[in-house]
Amino acid sequence: MIIISNKDQEPIGRALKDGALAAWPICLGYLPVGLAFGVLAQKAGLHPFEIGMMSLFVFAGSSQFIAVSLLAAGAAPIAIIMTAFTVNLRHFLMSSSLAMYMGQTSKKLLSLFAYGVTDESFAVNLFRFRQGGWDVKRALMVNHIANLAWVASTLMGGYGGKLIPERALGIDYALNAMFICLLVFQLRGKKYVITAVLSGGLAVMLALVLPGNSYIVLASILAATLVVCLDRKGFQS
Amino acid sequence: MLERDYIILVFAMGIVTYVPRWAPLYLLTSRRLSEGMIEWLDLIPAAILSALLLPALLLSAEPRQMSLLRPELLVAVPTFLFALKTKSLGGTVVVGMMLYWLAGRIF
Repeated sequence: MIIISNKDQEPIGRALKDGALAAWPICLGYLPVGLAFGVLAQKAGLHPFEIGMMSLFVFAGSSQFIAVSLLAAGAAPIAIIMTAFTVNLRHFLMSSSLAMYMGQTSKKLLSLFAYGVTDESFAVNLFRFRQGGWDVKRALMVNHIANLAWVASTLMGGYGGKLIPERALGIDYALNAMFICLLVFQLRGKKYVITAVLSGGLAVMLALVLPGNSYIVLASILAATLVVCLDRKGFQS
Repeated sequence: MLERDYIILVFAMGIVTYVPRWAPLYLLTSRRLSEGMIEWLDLIPAAILSALLLPALLLSAEPRQMSLLRPELLVAVPTFLFALKTKSLGGTVVVGMMLYWLAGRIF
């Protein structure tokens, strides 16, 4: 009983360290966005406590921004709830993708993990799962560290985000840069490059004609479906 | 002013944003997926990342307008090349931020 190779027995500290190493670019990126949200929410009349509560329960940047501007405009609650739902539908695709790597996970842990699925944690965790040496415990660390950074930065914004200069040190670009690199990691062959080019092009065109962010889901589904169909045809001929 | 209405609103928003995150994980993980479905899901990350990123680089905020001269896009080119060359996530984030900061000083 001395040698325990089971991963479940490893100290929590190592998973925390791996999670923190993977999550720091997310935290850096959340800081300016969270501050901006906090400032906006405070201007809309929300108390910092209410701001923190929304960040904790909703944990979805774009939905929260839209909710607060709708609140300020005096929109009906049902309109705000419906908008939050549509704006976040894209997470359905992300969770479907992540599901491929979580076969052995208990339903309870999956339900906890689902809470933390965001654009950013999805991209980071998916890359780590593919790379190997990654497990649900580490993925959960990434989710929760990112969550903590989000709640904290929105609270900070609510308390006095106006004091922080805008565009300081290019921090506004942190999430863009992270997505650029994570996209590069996804380009593992011609098929993926074609998908990305197609999806990006479609997204830009759709974004110009459709309101809101439905272009993300539409472009992704269209591009992936087209490439799978073309791939099938290629095999037949 | 922590009103009851606000608490209900936040709870409801929490539920509608949680369900799309939860349902696929809960339903798909234990299921055997068809080959076509696996191939499709395998392409989704590249598709989604590109669909998130490209409009953010090319289009201005409301009203949306395309421009090839946005600092977001100009900075993205060397950042992309750096990522391609080094495959370093942390390095790319730092380089992207630095270049964007520099671009802000020049433009």
